[in-house]
Amino acid sequence: MRTTRFVAPAAAGLLAVAGLAGCGGDGDADATAGGPIAVKATDSACEVGSTAIDAGQVTFKVTNSGSKVNEFYVYAAGDRVMGEVENIAPGLSRELRVELPAGTYETACKPGMSGRGIRGALKVSGTAASVAPDAALTEATASYQRYVRSQTAALLTKTEEFVAAVKANDVAKAKALYPVARTYWERIEPVAESFGDLDPKIDGREEVVEEGMEFTGFHRIEKDLWTTGDVSKDGPIADRLLVDVKAIVAKADAEKLTPLQLANGAKALLDEVASGKITGEEERYSHTDLWDFNANLEGSKAAVAALRPALEQRAPDLVKQLDSEFANVEVALGKHRAGDGWKLHTQLSKTDLKELSDSINALAEPVSKIAAAVAR
Amino acid sequence: MSTPAGGDATSEPNDSQTGRRVSRRRAMTLAGVGAAGVAGVAAGAGALLAGGDQASATGTAAGAVPFLGEHQAGVTTPAQDRLHFVAFDVVTKDRDRLVAMLQEWTAAAARMTAGKDAGLIGAVGGMPEAPPDDTGEALGLPPSQLTVTVGFGPSLFRDARGRDRFGIAGRRPAALAELPHFAGDALKPELSGGDICVQACANDPQVAVHAIRNLARIGMGVVSVRWSQLGFGRTSSTSRDQATPRNLFGFKDGTANLKAEDAGLLREQLWVQPGDGPDWMTGGSYLVTRKIRMLIETWDRSPLAEQEMITGRTKGSGAPLGRRDEFDEPDFAAKGDDGQPVIAENAHVRLAHPDQNDGARLLRRGYNFVDGSDGLGRLDAGLFFIAYQRDPRKQFVPIQTRLARNDAMNEYLRHVSSGLFACPPGVRDAADWWGRALFS
Repeated sequence: MRTTRFVAPAAAGLLAVAGLAGCGGDGDADATAGGPIAVKATDSACEVGSTAIDAGQVTFKVTNSGSKVNEFYVYAAGDRVMGEVENIAPGLSRELRVELPAGTYETACKPGMSGRGIRGALKVSGTAASVAPDAALTEATASYQRYVRSQTAALLTKTEEFVAAVKANDVAKAKALYPVARTYWERIEPVAESFGDLDPKIDGREEVVEEGMEFTGFHRIEKDLWTTGDVSKDGPIADRLLVDVKAIVAKADAEKLTPLQLANGAKALLDEVASGKITGEEERYSHTDLWDFNANLEGSKAAVAALRPALEQRAPDLVKQLDSEFANVEVALGKHRAGDGWKLHTQLSKTDLKELSDSINALAEPVSKIAAAVAR
Repeated sequence: MSTPAGGDATSEPNDSQTGRRVSRRRAMTLAGVGAAGVAGVAAGAGALLAGGDQASATGTAAGAVPFLGEHQAGVTTPAQDRLHFVAFDVVTKDRDRLVAMLQEWTAAAARMTAGKDAGLIGAVGGMPEAPPDDTGEALGLPPSQLTVTVGFGPSLFRDARGRDRFGIAGRRPAALAELPHFAGDALKPELSGGDICVQACANDPQVAVHAIRNLARIGMGVVSVRWSQLGFGRTSSTSRDQATPRNLFGFKDGTANLKAEDAGLLREQLWVQPGDGPDWMTGGSYLVTRKIRMLIETWDRSPLAEQEMITGRTKGSGAPLGRRDEFDEPDFAAKGDDGQPVIAENAHVRLAHPDQNDGARLLRRGYNFVDGSDGLGRLDAGLFFIAYQRDPRKQFVPIQTRLARNDAMNEYLRHVSSGLFACPPGVRDAADWWGRALFS
């Protein structure tokens, strides 16, 4: 829960950026250039059937033969997500269809759905239309919209599972699902927060509750799970959470953000980390703040990555600085992994937190310069 | 790369050439000078803006202290009333980024000490989408005799594991050796040390805080604040024009201090001379900081005679015991009717006096601090001790060794923080920057 709202600047009109008509290439299923490229994913390997392919629409068929839930990504430079499939349960196959211009990419499987994943190079050759500056900004918003949709889909799935566990009074399962469901929320938090009335209902902490308002949402259930361990009376709260999440998902999927909003959103996510997660105040009962930290960081990176082609034209030095500072934060945070998740906030020393805080400040500085570069 | 704006506040080519708005702070400063003219100080206007004469500006809140010079300002500059001191850790491994930041800092400090915004654009003149290059809380305030003084700690040269961090380990002066552990030290590591320090002094606390805040902002990603200290009520005078102030024990402090007027003594005791060590420090000075908590409540219930015996001076005039005036030389040989020394063997003034320390002296410009209360109802207060010298191995270390062992005042003191920094010489011209001789 932020105290300041994600600002939709009145000046957004300065940027004559048209929303992308259509949004998403899912409609052209039959235009696939070749047969699906098989991806064999296990808990320790990610074998991609072909790593040098022709430009155009590409389909990957990802089969998870491991024991952990997996994900598959195709990244452009700077970890810009070209396409992804999430939540591939063990034993299942899922397809990813993605439009790839010529260039150098990386594929990644993420067993356990965490970390940088198991990476591999992917070379795409053939014709590629160069992108004009304004088109790069337009593409940025379309690219980020795809990202938001992938996250809202997973948010809904994981919230349903979480709500079901709470209603079944399965405390252990609900505790395990809590930070996972929130990951998808935290990645797109600035978008979610632009819907002012829903955000406090879903993500409000106890202190936001004012006269005549009920304390509901994730943090209400968090409190019950970790303080009393009794969620037997939380069924209505859980139902309400799901209704609110469904509402926000519908709104977020329809929302069209401007490039300036992407830039400010990327900064806002890092400010979230700096003000709420470093201090441990967000997850004061579960202490799962590092899950949120990582999700905020990934969400910020996704917004920056969407803007990357435009930034490479407008501020190439800034892109280099962003790359190196994102990498520094990932290294600093990476020290605190625990299994497929993260250490608890209470397990970190003051020195650990200072290092994380420093790295976030170092990153937030160049990120704060993106908006001006985009507006130029 | 930006270059220092220099001490000449009357020229600001960037404003007129680019058509940017004159920064609000500068406009207000000019207006402020006009007001001063009405008050009958018209002749001072030009001098104040150009920095003027340091001594003549003493006691006014408005004056600008020249930034450029042989030595850094903020050492012999008549002690201002307020302090914001900060010690930074360098968090980058990239030497070029560190150098670029020092250059940016130099330019920002040159501007701020002249009463201008930290950046060229200013707090309110930039793109609406970009964060302002000045934080804005000093808009409308005069320069307030702001000085910004920088120093480099031993850990900048080699880290705790002995590794050469920025290829400058070979340039670390021998005089910049870590201080020894003194008897009774209760230092908190998180309040001590640091790779780079910045001392901002001004006659307005908002101006001092503004300077540190803007440097910290500029340094994001390159440096991280390790600790910082606010101070009020200078506890020394560094000029004969200044009255000797009082510390929180109620005693005059700094009577025997090195003063700006003591040119010969300053060469001998304060400024690093050619041949003392690496050339980059010639004209510089070594800075020792100590945060000394004072046990105020117990001191306050000790009898006047005991307070004076511990100090070795009278509380009223500040005269050495047995003498009449503040500046009378103490007579350490004098004995009272009881055959005991008039100034006790363990009196503070005796142990700290140059006569008892092979002539070693310090230029002190410490500040009182009150960091609120400590949760037990006691003032969290004391002295933020600041001393400059030519070589701490010959000055602070032997003096503090004697004090730590024997000083009767120790019963009422706790040393909680310690710092040692090599402050390079002054910034000479617009192409110069803090640390140029060290990093070039």
